[in-house]
Amino acid sequence: MQHGKYRFIVGFLALPLGLYALFVVWPFIQSIYYSFTDWTGLSPEFKMVGLDNYRRMLDDEIFWKSLQHSLMFAVVLPLVTISLALFFAFMINVGGRRRKGGPVISGVRGSSFYKIVYFFPQVLSIAIVALLFAFAYNPDSGAINSFFRGIGLDGLQPLWLGDPDLALWCVMAVLVWSTVGFFVVLFSAGMASIPADLYEAALLDGAGRAATFFRITLPLLWDTVQSGWVYMGILALGAESFAVVQIMTTGPGGPDYSTTVMVLYVYQKAFRDGQAAYATTIGVALLIVTLAFAAVVMRLGRRERLEY
Amino acid sequence: MKTTETPAPPPAESGSAVPVTKVGLPTKKPPTEKKSEGSVLNAFSHGILVIWAIMVVLPLLWAVMTSFKDDSSIFGSPWSLPDKLHFDNWSRAWTEANMSDYFLNTILVVGGSLIGTLVLGSMAAYVLARFDFPGNRFIYYLFIGGMSFPIMLALVPLFYVVNNMGLLNSIHGLILVYIAYSLPFTVFFLTAFFRTLPTSVAEAAFVDGASHSRTFFQIMVPMAKPGLISVGIFNFLGQWNQYMLPTVLNTDPDKRVLTQGLVQLAVSQGYKGDWSGLFAGLVMAMLPVLAAYIVFQRQVVQGLTAGALK
Repeated sequence: MQHGKYRFIVGFLALPLGLYALFVVWPFIQSIYYSFTDWTGLSPEFKMVGLDNYRRMLDDEIFWKSLQHSLMFAVVLPLVTISLALFFAFMINVGGRRRKGGPVISGVRGSSFYKIVYFFPQVLSIAIVALLFAFAYNPDSGAINSFFRGIGLDGLQPLWLGDPDLALWCVMAVLVWSTVGFFVVLFSAGMASIPADLYEAALLDGAGRAATFFRITLPLLWDTVQSGWVYMGILALGAESFAVVQIMTTGPGGPDYSTTVMVLYVYQKAFRDGQAAYATTIGVALLIVTLAFAAVVMRLGRRERLEY
Repeated sequence: MKTTETPAPPPAESGSAVPVTKVGLPTKKPPTEKKSEGSVLNAFSHGILVIWAIMVVLPLLWAVMTSFKDDSSIFGSPWSLPDKLHFDNWSRAWTEANMSDYFLNTILVVGGSLIGTLVLGSMAAYVLARFDFPGNRFIYYLFIGGMSFPIMLALVPLFYVVNNMGLLNSIHGLILVYIAYSLPFTVFFLTAFFRTLPTSVAEAAFVDGASHSRTFFQIMVPMAKPGLISVGIFNFLGQWNQYMLPTVLNTDPDKRVLTQGLVQLAVSQGYKGDWSGLFAGLVMAMLPVLAAYIVFQRQVVQGLTAGALK
């Protein structure tokens, strides 16, 4: 198989690799370089300024706020989403009534129906979901507050996205809503591959559902949970949080920067304020946060691999 | 991934647990106790599951309902049923609010980039999976490294790269960028897939005198069809739902894609006040993906969950 092999390899790789290098790798390298300059993005001229941008960043109050919010997105969001999803997946796969003569462990009736419905939001664009919930959160005419009025809770009319203390939570709730179903399906697949005899043994030993979950299901599912956590964290630090925050919270990212996340701040500095170099500096910080996050999760989650 | 996904149904069902329940039977007392506990828990789990199902479906139903109402009842009583079905919202959104243009742009961009992603992605993946050459590993990791870094970082210089090439605000420019950003996962997924295909068929074809590229297009691609479908659906949803790339690279009002168009519409409706038309547009944009999801449910779930387990 030697004849023409290299010509073939080069011919097949040139185009994909070229596109990827031009639009992904090259801009990526450039952005690290630009973070040491005073480039505005508006004119082609710039000069090297060393670590000035980084020093400025450390003194930038809004940067610290956005970092704090991004960390919330990376820690709280996966924690809530994954816990909920584990709970639902366990209900769906193991929470069923024990039928006489049936398998020891079974899902509730209609488990596949639940999985189909829960997955729904996952296929919708996060931009469309964000728009929809922006309307629902509207304090005067939105669906949520008028629902509260409808059930007699007239006094309870939060401003939601307009309240600096609430806005970030409202935005995160939307991401939880749209992502839980994905993890329910992911964990269900993992749970279904756990051998039934492990559950049988546990039941014979008199273990309740909670003990079964913590002693059998969770340890055997740990790898899936961990990679799901990293996956969700990367999404929450990047594209997804950009869309929800940019669309749902008006102005500079929530009242008093209360929802600004790092990606949104990069976008604003680059494309609104004409500070391209400073924007790439925040981008580098975001890269470091992302890598550190993945490393920490992998490290904390390290356990002996369980074979079954 | 495949290994946890495929054997999903059999163990749950066929784990013939009958012997054990029989073993449990002789001691009469525990089973009855267990049973009542089980049914309480059953009611509990159903309750919780139903509540979440309602929480998922209600906002979507609310959007559909609202899209048939007029503006005054949208604001006056958000939860009441429409007095009559205002289909004019839909036609107004389609024509006056430019939804038809946004749809067309989205179809062009996604169609072009989906084909490009699959062709280029499978070419690169095939070479990386099947041929030994210096730099193979390096190129592979270069590709899959793209799955984990924040796109926003590259987006600022990318804007100027695209601008310098004269591709800003153009459909084909967006297509090229979409392809580039879809390659990491596509190459990762298809490389693994091509490795699982048997080598003997390709070797036989080669011995019979077929060239490398002929072997690829006539033998390997048809064999890789299931993998191409999975990764194709994954990319379709991702590209159809893309928001960040067009927001940055495509600011020409005539070239907007759906997500962008809707967000712009929402901003401008704040002044014009055609909320019912906006809701109609919103629902309109949801329908194609929901329909695709219901039809290709299995493949969608497989394609998407494969992405999480690198």
